Amino acid sequence: MRKIISIIILVIIGVGFIFAFSQIPFGKDKINVANYYIEKGIKQTGAVNIVTSVVLNYRGIDTLGEITVLFIAAIGLGAVLFVERKIQKNIADNKKDKTKRASLILRTGSRLLFPLILLFGSYIFVHGHLTPGGGFQGGAVVASGFLLMYLAFPKQSINKKSSSVAESLSGLIFVGIGLLGLVFSGYFLTNFLPKGVPNTIFSAGIIPVIYIAIGFKVGFELTGIIDDLLERSK
Amino acid sequence: MSLIYNWMYYIASGGLILIGLYIVLVKTNLIKIVIGLDFIDTGVNILLICIGYIRGKTAPIFSKPEITSTNVVDPVPQALVLTAIVIGVAILALALSIGIKVYQHNQTLNVNKIKGLKW
Repeated sequence: MRKIISIIILVIIGVGFIFAFSQIPFGKDKINVANYYIEKGIKQTGAVNIVTSVVLNYRGIDTLGEITVLFIAAIGLGAVLFVERKIQKNIADNKKDKTKRASLILRTGSRLLFPLILLFGSYIFVHGHLTPGGGFQGGAVVASGFLLMYLAFPKQSINKKSSSVAESLSGLIFVGIGLLGLVFSGYFLTNFLPKGVPNTIFSAGIIPVIYIAIGFKVGFELTGIIDDLLERSK
Repeated sequence: MSLIYNWMYYIASGGLILIGLYIVLVKTNLIKIVIGLDFIDTGVNILLICIGYIRGKTAPIFSKPEITSTNVVDPVPQALVLTAIVIGVAILALALSIGIKVYQHNQTLNVNKIKGLKW
């Protein structure tokens, strides 16, 4: 009964979908805003990656809000899972001898791969204004490296205090650069640093600085989420 | 053939959204419902990306001299989806943590057996 009703609902939604999207031709033309960004983007921001300049320069406040959403989600996750952590810890202490060690292949391989993954992640977020990628993607790669370490060495965990210090410091750098823009040019998050030559690493003004801060913040935040979830399942 | 050629991306993203909705409506396991929500999320992201796509044009990164402003796709939906993916990850993690709590409280993940959800 439930299946039949939901299939009927899905058919109605699907037909509506078809009617709506038959009016939008696939792969035809772009909107005016996009033309403005593409034509003036390099001159105004200095970044060759137009997506980056849209994310961090034209819509920087949007990205600040996005960081805030991620931060609130991490806090909410910590708050939901925090209760009874002490009791859990005692149980974990009792079980400590029984917890399985990871296999030799995983331990050796993760020791070899972990620095390379960190290097790759930081490469992605340092080159965010030149290549596809940026702070969010690089941060996710860094967090995947930490996840590998958690799988290989289940008993160890990151230093919570220093990771939260690094996280809040990078968030403060983002807001601080925005406020400096307010001081120097009168608008929040203005690109006040020199633009430099496009296609070189020291170009695009504040964009690489903000993307490095975002990379650290996202990396440590996702690592904290992984840490919370794993601690619960021990 | 031309139907598939013209509408392939819309079909795929719409299909993902409908599959996700079906999972959310029919399945009773809470983890599966969260996975269904993630399906909807992915489908919407693909839909936004393919609305911004222009046939035969490349990514909006001017790293080579032959890429000019006439042969790149729309960057605005891509920036939007970059935001949406991160928020999707955050929501997924929060939903899973609430799922853990629900399991501890009720000793089950079956939505039909959780009495607090009935009204």
